[in-house]
Amino acid sequence: MKYLSISIVAIALLAGTAFAEDKIATLRDAAITETLSPPAMAPAVNTHLKQVRNYPEQPPLIPHKIDGYQVDLNANKCLTCHSRAAVGESQAPMISITHFMDREGQFLASVSPRRFFCNQCHVTQAEARPLIENTFVDIDTLLKQ
Amino acid sequence: MWSIIKRFWHVMRTPSVHYSLGFLTAGGFIAGIIFWGGFNTAMEVANTETFCISCHEMRDNVFAELKSTIHYTNRSGVRATCPDCHVPHEWTNKVARKMAASKEVFGMLVGSINTREKFLEKRLVLAQHEWARFKANDSLECRNCHSEESMDFTRQSKRAAEAHERFLVPGEKTCIDCHKGIAHELPDMKAVAAAQQ
Repeated sequence: MKYLSISIVAIALLAGTAFAEDKIATLRDAAITETLSPPAMAPAVNTHLKQVRNYPEQPPLIPHKIDGYQVDLNANKCLTCHSRAAVGESQAPMISITHFMDREGQFLASVSPRRFFCNQCHVTQAEARPLIENTFVDIDTLLKQ
Repeated sequence: MWSIIKRFWHVMRTPSVHYSLGFLTAGGFIAGIIFWGGFNTAMEVANTETFCISCHEMRDNVFAELKSTIHYTNRSGVRATCPDCHVPHEWTNKVARKMAASKEVFGMLVGSINTREKFLEKRLVLAQHEWARFKANDSLECRNCHSEESMDFTRQSKRAAEAHERFLVPGEKTCIDCHKGIAHELPDMKAVAAAQQ
């Protein structure tokens, strides 16, 4: 009897572990104890063509590679082309005027520190298969429905 | 002092008493070869990555930063080592750079950048020296590998091709004007005019 209860507990424990592993498997696709080799990195979209925003407030996507771009306390590689002074030469879009505002809405002479780190909002895109389905519809499509 | 020079001049002018002309000529020739070979060998040894990173100033700062850039590891496995970019390849210019580097040897001896803090404080000045050198020689060390004539703009991205056509081809700008901080991190650029970043 004692042995039976022990084995029942053991089976229950095993089943529990198996269940937990199943849950993890949705995105990770393997047990947590396994070390997986990550999928190959997809190259960034490098078309240099503006992409349509999904909603008006969306930070514009970066349509070019940004490999090795330094954005830190010392330098901001993005601003070498996108700063107000540089766009004449680079013909890149100037950073939005909202980036000059501090949190009280006051306009500063140059980029506000809270808007300095471009990659917090602006990202590159890759031609990669989505890991999960995305059901987002933009407002125009929604209004028609 | 004057008398020593005079005596030396007198000895140099007097014909040799004990050695034959042939011996002196051949001896001078062989000594010349050894000297010249030794000089060039020493210069080549000082022109290797191993030599550069034998000092911790280079190994822990600039070399550490180089490691993650495309000039160190890339898909085709071609690596640019320190002297490829920082020492001219042509002999005359190389010797001139080597002579200028004697100041760097002095800096190493007195330890002018022997801590991370000292290095960071001086890094803008050091970077500006290199930018000025590249600007003056029209980015010669870049062009040793990246020749403008061999560049196929149609194989470049639109953005790169346009920039090269507008600025590189007319000679308005040279490589370093736009490609700063590609092999090492940029120093504090606040002091550098926006147009020069």
